[in-house]
Amino acid sequence: MESINKSDNNFEQCLKCTICTVYCPVLAVNPQFPGPKHGGPDQERLRLKMPSFYEEANKYCMNCKRCEVACPSNVRIGDIIQKAKLKYSRHRPSVRDFFLSHTDLVGTLSSPFAPLVNKALGWNVTKQILDGVLKVDRHRTFPKYSHEKFATWMKKHADEQKQYPHQLCYFHGCYVNYNFPDLGKDLVRIMNAFDYGVELLEEEKCCGVALISNGFVGQARKQAETNLKSIRKAVSQEKPIILTSSTCAMTLRDEYPHVLNLDNKDVRDHIEIATRFIYRMIHETKAFDVSKLTFSNRPLKIAYHTPCHLEKLGWEYYSLELLRLIPNINLTVLKPNCCGIGGTYGFKKENYENAQKIGAPLFKEIEEGDFDFIVSDCETCKWQIEMSTSKKCIHPLSVFAQALDLA
Amino acid sequence: MACGIRLQEAGKKCVIISSGQSALHFSSGSFDLLNTLPDGTKVANPIEALKELKAQNPKHPYTKIGEEKFAHLAQEAQRLLSDAKIRMVGSYHANHYRLTPFAITKPTWLTMADYVYAEQPDTFAWKNISVVNFTAYLDFHPNFFADKFRRMGMSVRDIEIDLATIANNKNNLSEMRSTNIARLFENEKAFANFVDLLKSKIEKSDAVLLPACLGLEHTDIVETLSNILGVTVKLLPTFPPSVSGICAQHLLKQRFMNLGGTYMLGDTVNKVEFEDNRVTKIYTVNHNDIPLRGEQYVLCSGSFFSQGLLALPNDIIDPICGLDIDYISDRKQWFADNTFDKQNYGSFGIKTDEHFLAIKDQKTIDNLHVCGASLGGFNALKEGCGGGVSLLTALYAAEEILGNKK
Repeated sequence: MESINKSDNNFEQCLKCTICTVYCPVLAVNPQFPGPKHGGPDQERLRLKMPSFYEEANKYCMNCKRCEVACPSNVRIGDIIQKAKLKYSRHRPSVRDFFLSHTDLVGTLSSPFAPLVNKALGWNVTKQILDGVLKVDRHRTFPKYSHEKFATWMKKHADEQKQYPHQLCYFHGCYVNYNFPDLGKDLVRIMNAFDYGVELLEEEKCCGVALISNGFVGQARKQAETNLKSIRKAVSQEKPIILTSSTCAMTLRDEYPHVLNLDNKDVRDHIEIATRFIYRMIHETKAFDVSKLTFSNRPLKIAYHTPCHLEKLGWEYYSLELLRLIPNINLTVLKPNCCGIGGTYGFKKENYENAQKIGAPLFKEIEEGDFDFIVSDCETCKWQIEMSTSKKCIHPLSVFAQALDLA
Repeated sequence: MACGIRLQEAGKKCVIISSGQSALHFSSGSFDLLNTLPDGTKVANPIEALKELKAQNPKHPYTKIGEEKFAHLAQEAQRLLSDAKIRMVGSYHANHYRLTPFAITKPTWLTMADYVYAEQPDTFAWKNISVVNFTAYLDFHPNFFADKFRRMGMSVRDIEIDLATIANNKNNLSEMRSTNIARLFENEKAFANFVDLLKSKIEKSDAVLLPACLGLEHTDIVETLSNILGVTVKLLPTFPPSVSGICAQHLLKQRFMNLGGTYMLGDTVNKVEFEDNRVTKIYTVNHNDIPLRGEQYVLCSGSFFSQGLLALPNDIIDPICGLDIDYISDRKQWFADNTFDKQNYGSFGIKTDEHFLAIKDQKTIDNLHVCGASLGGFNALKEGCGGGVSLLTALYAAEEILGNKK
């Protein structure tokens, strides 16, 4: 009896207070979604009795975790819905879902032909074909591929990185590797300024967040096991593991145990975002005297957008504190609104309109603010903001690197 | 939040750690100060009742605050809400009367200005009113209100509006909640359609009463509606979530952040370190090995509902700091069999000294104030004083901290 009626999540902690429904960005624009309370803990009780109670409309959940942040009872609502999708959904992933989620494969194939691929993805005809055949919305702007992968660049600089007194491992993620190595290079410059040499994990695979959300759970688990093996090795060598992507960080720390059932207790606390690592060095261990840094005094008027997954980690504080170190900065924290992209979610034709509706209040606040540019830690928030507003969106580390006078 | 705002106003650097969203999400639209004395006597003027309250319950937080400070803090609370752009009516000198979602008349201190309220119980100047509801909206019961107003001799027009007619609004179970209806009205076109529809139905009403599902972002939406319709428009309370409470929470948070405060939502304190009867640092789930250090700390973790207090088989504990608790050790006396009788557990709370400083192992913790529902010595349900105790003790803590420059 127990094996049938036992939940491996904490849905029974739900008091039915309805607060999560207030903060669900999808529910606010898409009445077809049952909502976090109903699709999560309410239906979980029924699903445990009979799997046929699963509602396919739970696919509209974008796994932003805003429900979990709002919940006063610490119910892991987003996890409950994610696990239910993986366990009960009869929907089979499509060819489009395959291409959107297998970022390593697509990135490896695209990088050598980056100039051509980037050009082709910008053509209207390509967009029409992707829209009509694969159901990837034609309004989307695709991130550009880099001709040289970040991992390749790192290999070239491995020896000089070894010269620094301390070493750390950087989990670069797919975006930095295939699309935007400049962010990784900014991180290396900053860490070098803090006397740390940067190296890569022995083997790094995509964290798997897109695989999980598109239903490729077996592949996600395989990649997660590879990552955990490499992370364990780095931890055994007492090397910290840092990331620049908030979503990769949340996946490695929380989705692995909560959604993929992979135990990461032994290494979880060693995985963190770079801005937190820097905060610790400056404010906690005082290992680095920030007065040693010199900044260019260029005045900046910028706005910070908190990515949903960083808010879930509770770590936007560290990125904000890093930005506040920059002299002459006028920093506005934007209201806590989701940008709507949800990783691969907003690329799908069936979600595009709602993704833009979700992001509309954020876009409006950005356009009304007269900011030089927007700052955010998440690559997909960046794509969404740059596509939907007139402003550039830059990672806090790149802002910091540009403000640092490293000459 | 009130404490944080007051501290930020005075230039202190303040962090609020909140495990999920606040109880304002269940707000009735009013804050009570003191409605009833422990012996059941009704209170018309809270400040005049303080002497008698002191005689009946020397442990009550208001008794500790004292009469003079009580008036000052009540005024401060009104100012603070007003500065955060939350429009309230009422005074600490005289309770006025609000309606509950079951249309029961209750005394209260402050009520959001758009709600139905009266200076004296059940005295309204209206003769013809319209009570509006939305089709399939289940968290509002217009018949209770209509019945009440009819008994008072008013002519009541029941109006039901199908929101599907003003916007493409397909049905599902979660969609017809107050906040989603409020979001619909934020859309200019949907609001204009609603106004047209309502105009055609209200005929010659003196007042149009709507469920409190308006004003999530546009706080002047009721006034706008009233101006367009040319009649008084007022709100009636709904079951949660409370749109007005959520709006108030957002305004307070905005005010706190605009003053430079840091708000950490969705985090939980999991360890507190003490040294020489002082809190030295606190650890949270999210920040793990990086502790938060402050000169002063304020605990407002609430009572049993928010897990600020935890009932074990024979003990009541504070799971966060392990502070001393004021409670009856005999479990049988914790509760009365009749749910509606006074429940002793409702008055349990963290022990504090005369300045609301926490007590741990019978020693005062010099830099840890306790406020709100974490405190013992009062019964929010029976005495109607929960909102007042929260606001006044929060501001008391802030003023103590500001006066105490340690």
